[in-house]
Amino acid sequence: MIKIDNVSKYYGDFNVLKECSTTVEKGEVIVVCGPSGSGKSTLIKCVNGLEPFQAGEITVNGISVGDPKTNLSKLRAHVGMVFQNFELFPHMSITQNLAIAQVKVLGRKQEEAVEKGLKLLDRVGLKAHAHKFPGQLSGGQQQRVAIARALAMDPICMLFDEPTSALDPEMVNEVLDVMTELAQEGMTMMCVTHEMGFARRVANRVIFMDHGRIVEDDEKEAFFANPRSERAQQFLAKILHH
Amino acid sequence: MGYQWNWGIFFQPSATGDDTYFGWMLAGFKMTIGLSLSAWVIALLLGALIGVLRTVPNRFLAGLASAYVELFRNIPLLVQLFIWYFVLPELLPPSIGEIYKQSNPILQQFLASMVCLGLFTSARVAEQVRSGINSLPRGQKNAGLALGFTLPQTYRFVILPMAFRLVVPPLTSEFLNIFKNSAVCSTIGLLELAAQGRQLVDYTAQPYESFIAVTLAYILINVTVMTLMHKFEKRIAVPGYIGGK
Repeated sequence: MIKIDNVSKYYGDFNVLKECSTTVEKGEVIVVCGPSGSGKSTLIKCVNGLEPFQAGEITVNGISVGDPKTNLSKLRAHVGMVFQNFELFPHMSITQNLAIAQVKVLGRKQEEAVEKGLKLLDRVGLKAHAHKFPGQLSGGQQQRVAIARALAMDPICMLFDEPTSALDPEMVNEVLDVMTELAQEGMTMMCVTHEMGFARRVANRVIFMDHGRIVEDDEKEAFFANPRSERAQQFLAKILHH
Repeated sequence: MGYQWNWGIFFQPSATGDDTYFGWMLAGFKMTIGLSLSAWVIALLLGALIGVLRTVPNRFLAGLASAYVELFRNIPLLVQLFIWYFVLPELLPPSIGEIYKQSNPILQQFLASMVCLGLFTSARVAEQVRSGINSLPRGQKNAGLALGFTLPQTYRFVILPMAFRLVVPPLTSEFLNIFKNSAVCSTIGLLELAAQGRQLVDYTAQPYESFIAVTLAYILINVTVMTLMHKFEKRIAVPGYIGGK
């Protein structure tokens, strides 16, 4: 589904991604972790072309992301993305947030889009909030709406960029529950997150990045039981002991 | 001081006999409003466009927009007005220039003033719009693009609706400025409010009454603008967000 092949990216002279390669098969859940500044968010943003990269190739569903001839908007319409800061559109009601891209991008009728949006809103447990505005919801609620908004586009895979990092601790679980459910239904997912409990529960593989390089790319059992690199061992020791 | 106050002056027939002095002031008042509002429409439309262009990834368009802003905000308003009114008609192709120069002189003054004020203010509006766009979280643009919107759609549905809400207060300032700056147009002979005030002094020798009336008229205009813009700001406020409930 997603194939990342020898991708390198530079900001000027600074080499943020160094020859990264990995694949995500259909139905797989991959967790990407690593210290801050290791390039994990940049990598996931390269997957749907939000960040350009200078070398290597990424294909999603067989379509090359880096190819200038690719219609990126069309590709992105079917790759769901959830951001650290939710990024709901503050001037639209929740219902309109869910419907607008379906109408303007996929060409669905407004009623059809609203109906689909409300169904997904119900699924993330927020049907009662349909008429509200993003600023009137808590962070956890906003993030669940953001997931519903991405799902409304019938994505072929979902990208999560630290979806729980900006949340109060008590709201983390409501978002992880939605993600877990999604994973169990067979959604293809690539998640940048530090939630190792989530990784243990649902991930197929765990990727560990450091200084722009993919240091480990392992089955989760192997990763947690016995990380090969010293850097990953240190990282796990630091985030797992509390 | 020995000054003879005479507020009744406004109701006396004017020296030319076709109106009262109050009628003169009213004509100036209408001219100021007509000029400022028409210039504001130009400033808002052009300013929004240039402001957006300053933020697009295309370097050529962004550079062009920057050059526009620097040109119009680095030349004094008075100099710009003289260029529009005295210099530019001479540079037009003779056929068009002649038509322009033979048209009604008041129309010439009005057009030069409107274009001058409109373009001058558009550069300032553009800067406000640009800063509004840049003050939005970068993730908003990414969220729009990630949903499959094209860049123009992202501006239309995601960025601009919020950016314009953010810049309503600074735009109100520019709106007030355009009424005040319109007084500069009296220098090319346009009989707007300030010019009528000065003319009244020349004909009646009552400078205090005249300029007190002019002052009050400007204050009336600007208090009205402020009140309306404040109401507008409340109406478009986003619930749960800045200024909203």
